[in-house]
Formats: sequence, structure tokens, C-alpha cells
Amino acid sequence: MNFGTTRISGWLVYGTALAALLLTLVPLPNLLAVIRPPLLVMTVLYWSTLAPRTGGIFIGFAFGLALDILQGAQLGQHALALSFVTYLAVRLHLLARAKPLFEQSLFALIALLLYEFVLWAIDGWSGHPHNSVLRWLPAFSGAAVWPVVAGLLGRTHSPR
Amino acid sequence: MAFSGRGSGHRSSRDSAPGPRFAVFALLSLICLYYDQRDGWLGSVRYALQGAAYPLQWLVNAPFAGWQGLRSSLSTRDDLRREIAQLREQQNEMAVVALRMEALQHENAQLRALNLAVPPLVTQRLAAEVINIELSPVKQRLMLNKGRRAGAFQGQAVVDARGLLGQLARVGPWSSELILITDPEHAVPVQIARNGLRSIAVGAGNSGELLLPYLPVNSDVKPGDLLVTSGLGGVFPAGYPVATVTGIKRDPVLLLTQVRARPLATLERDRVVMLLWFDATHAAAPVAPVASDTLPQVTLGAPTDAAEAEPSAEDTTTEVPPP
Repeated sequence: MNFGTTRISGWLVYGTALAALLLTLVPLPNLLAVIRPPLLVMTVLYWSTLAPRTGGIFIGFAFGLALDILQGAQLGQHALALSFVTYLAVRLHLLARAKPLFEQSLFALIALLLYEFVLWAIDGWSGHPHNSVLRWLPAFSGAAVWPVVAGLLGRTHSPR
Repeated sequence: MAFSGRGSGHRSSRDSAPGPRFAVFALLSLICLYYDQRDGWLGSVRYALQGAAYPLQWLVNAPFAGWQGLRSSLSTRDDLRREIAQLREQQNEMAVVALRMEALQHENAQLRALNLAVPPLVTQRLAAEVINIELSPVKQRLMLNKGRRAGAFQGQAVVDARGLLGQLARVGPWSSELILITDPEHAVPVQIARNGLRSIAVGAGNSGELLLPYLPVNSDVKPGDLLVTSGLGGVFPAGYPVATVTGIKRDPVLLLTQVRARPLATLERDRVVMLLWFDATHAAAPVAPVASDTLPQVTLGAPTDAAEAEPSAEDTTTEVPPP
């Protein structure tokens, strides 16, 4: 088995990431909005562990920047956080791939917490501190729905 | 590397070095973060990107707009009749209120010894629709579908039919970001309409609430008091209704009263909001904040005669005479 040769079309990666970005922007009632799983981050993580060549750090940076603009955050905040976790995923993709789903969820939790941590740190440094416990919830909800998201994304390409 | 010999043959140079690539993008992000704080040349980059992002915002909003359109086109004749009757009734009520309004304005002008018609404060207004887009659940922001092309500017006051909503934080070509008065980073200078007591209302960040954290424990404030803008701060004109006081907690241990207030504007349900332009020469227009470098220079350390050095209320902009 050679996972490194899996060929994933770039269109698929960009298309699913764009869909995830749009889903991130769809307004939800208050409670649901707070626990909304970070689908964009999860999609980018999925592709960068599965196909680190197609979905690379550039995708993390580009979609992070799009999120900055669309959500009115500081330019570069989500870009930095997302390219950071993408970098980790590309670096450690062999570690996290082909593991039981439960273990993958655990990896996803760590990555999502790191992502939220970078956002939190930048918020604090730039003088917009926001220390509510609620901001860490999406990482946990994201890890909880990781098997579902990974399963759905797995159906979009032929099995390895 | 024996087992991956096939794969390494056509490895592109792109993924062979994730470290340097990450370093480049991290540096780029940090540069963006640094300059975005300082409103420099990045402002125009952001403006352009915001324009490029508008189609995406439109796309997310489209199902909601479509649903609204479908609903209004499917509404029956009876529904429309009822709505027209309701609106007529409302309009009659408003007209009766407005009858007294003009008389009151004249009376006010006479009391102020102006003896001339007061020009209207609002010179121009523009309705903007709220784009259905999630900004951040923890921030109290809205996206509006009017931008610089429609004349909107940063810091512009936004109201709805009931009261003050907030101000424009970022303005793109076709869209702009409204920061609500309930956002934890927003503060609006207010005064109590009953007695003119001035304070600052800070957003509580959740559930549409305002806090007045700077009122002394013995201040005259009661539940039900109406808070209006005081006109200080240089953004909002004086006299716009903001909120009503809902709860007061006086703790003898603390020096300050803890006052909560509920905004009058229906922040959660607004779909159409109003951008306002003001006549700068009007008495109630917002006073532009004085930049610190135009304040009178006072040399510290040198002993001054208090009576002589005290600047009079009329000419605070003149230099303090040297002792």
C-alpha cells in the first residue's frame, strides 16, 4: 500500500473547501451557532492528511484569508491559524492517517484546539481579548462530528 | 525509503518542504496582522478583497432572500389587505405624533432664543438590508448590503425605527460591517433623558444587553429610565434613544452602581436598517473628537499661578498663557 501516490483532483479539494466555507457562513440560531463545528478547518485538515500535495499549506492560507475577510476578523488571523494546523497536518499526515476513526477524532481535537488557541492568542495580542469558555466549544463539537465529516468526504473520491 | 520508491520518483518540489512554505505563509499572515492594525496601505487591499468577497456573501444570502421573495409573492390578497389596513392605522398614529412634533420644535427654538427655524439634523438617509451571514457568534456584528459605492463611510451612525443600532466598522465597495451597540468592544456615550446625567453604555456581548459601568453608587438612576445619546464622542448625534434601564444593583462595598439596560432597537430581528448623514452645523450634530496634538500645550513642572493658568470655558483652544 502506498498512500503517497493517491491522486486527488485539485477541483475536488477546492470545491469541498469552498462548500465548507459557505456552510461556515450560513446563519444559525444562537445556540447552534456557538457549537457549530469548524467545517472549513476540518475539510482542510482532511485533505492535507490524505493528499498533502494537492491540499497543502497554500489552501489553508487562502481559505483562512477568505474567512478573515468574510467574518470581519483581522486580516491574517484565520490565515495564520489555518496555515499552522495545515502545516502540522502535512508534516504528520502519516501519523494520523489510516487510524481508527476514534483516534482520528482525537487528532482532530488536538488540531482544532491548536487552531482556536492561535485565534485566541492573536485576539489577545491585538487588544481584542475575548476569554469566554464558549470559544473553545467548536473544537469539541468538531471532533465529535469528525467521523461523519470524514466519511462524507471519503465518499467524494474513489477508495485508495 | 525503500517502500516508497515509486512515490518519491515524481514528488513535486511543492510538498517536499512544508517547513519553508509554512514559514513564508506565516510571515505573510504576520505582515497582514501588523499592518491591518495600523490602517495603512493594507486598507486598500482589504477594501479590494471585501469587494471580491461580495459574491460569496450574496451566495450565502441568496436562499434567504429567495425564500422571502417567494413568500411575499405567494401572500394572498386577504393578507395584503390586512397588512395595508394595519400600516394605514400605524401611519395615522405616527401622523398625530408628528403634528405635535413641529410645534415642539418651534417652541424649543424659541426657548433656546434662536428665534429661527431649526434646520433638520438628518440631511440624508439610506435604507440598507442585512445580509444573512454569520460573522462570529461571540461578536455582535451585522453585514449590510450598502458600501462605499452608496456613500457609506466608516463610523457612520446606523439606526432602526426604534433606536440606535450601532456604527459602521468596516466599509467595502458593496457591503459594510455594522458593529452593534451590544458588542463588548463598543461603547456609546449616553445620558439619562430624565435628568441629563451622562455616562457611557458598554455592550455586554450577549443577549442584547448594555452595561453602564461608570456610574457612582449615589447617582440618580431608576429602572425604566430612558437613555439617549449625549452627542459626545464624535460619532452619534445628541438625543437618539438608545436603551431603557432594566436593572440596578447598588452594592455598598463597591463605589459604582451596576446598571443594566436593554436596547430599544430590535437588534436580533432587524432586516432593514437606516444609515444616517448629519448636518455638521446643527447644534445636535456629533462633535468631532479633538486630536491630542491640537490640545493646548502645558509645560509640566513649572509652577503656574492657578487663577491665571486656568483656561476659560470659552476659549479652550488658545494657548495657556505662560506664567
